[in-house]
Amino acid sequence: MSEHATPLAHQFEEPVQQQEAATLGMWIFLATEVLLFGGLFLAYIIYREQAPLAFSEASGKTMLVPGTINTAILLLSSYFVANAVHLTALGRRREVVLLLLEAILLAMAFLIIKGFEYHHKIEEGLFPGANFHFAGTQARGVQMFFVLYFAMTGLHALHVAVGATILGVCAVKILFSRYPARLATMVDVSGLYWHFVDLVWVFLFPLFYLISHRS
Amino acid sequence: MNPTKQNAWTLFVLFVLLAGTVGAAYVDVGKWNTAIAMMISTVKAALIVLVFMKLHRSGHLVVLTFFAGLFWLAILISLTLGDFFSRS
Repeated sequence: MSEHATPLAHQFEEPVQQQEAATLGMWIFLATEVLLFGGLFLAYIIYREQAPLAFSEASGKTMLVPGTINTAILLLSSYFVANAVHLTALGRRREVVLLLLEAILLAMAFLIIKGFEYHHKIEEGLFPGANFHFAGTQARGVQMFFVLYFAMTGLHALHVAVGATILGVCAVKILFSRYPARLATMVDVSGLYWHFVDLVWVFLFPLFYLISHRS
Repeated sequence: MNPTKQNAWTLFVLFVLLAGTVGAAYVDVGKWNTAIAMMISTVKAALIVLVFMKLHRSGHLVVLTFFAGLFWLAILISLTLGDFFSRS
């Protein structure tokens, strides 16, 4: 067996079929993830329609600079992972491990910044529930905005943590593998998941941080 | 173009679009603000899906799965909103 070929599991006829099956499986999983987040986006549309002014006012309470930095962080990490996927197929162990580590560090930075934002929101009394506090006529709608904010960014942050763990497993496996190129499919499907996490944030960012007119 | 270079260009365009979407939030165009932000996000998403996720180089079955996902999302949103906003 060549050092580039992934060992063939017995249910497959040929390596290409095995690789396609793995990729297809990940895309089908991602389609179900689209529906998971889709339900939350739907809730967002309906509640925003009912309280447009409150949503705009609440959006002004989010922190634009950390939000923008976090968007850049995820885009950059996706770039590293895309390169890692390409280089794994070429068997370039050192570069791939470094790229994956960089992506993981960026994921951690994302979570730290997110935690800092959450802390700030909770201190301000904007966490929904008994301690929610907002002066003004729009308090009800503003609270709904923050229910969605914490639910959607929280679910997303969970995906970031899971994605970073998966990338970590890839990095370790490649580091100790005799033939790193054989792990190309694993890195490929892990990369798909990571790009999806980036994709969700691309829509979350404007809907929560950018809907009030900034000046 | 070699994939590494292609990825680098894509990242550059994504950063430009990010700057654009943040910049657009400082211009008051009323209801259009959200529409513009969503259009920019859609372009960013398309770049991520096509280049980083290599959809354009994937097989027909994967492309079909991608569009099926979007189609089901469209059903979820359109039928629910259709019901929601047509109630009296």
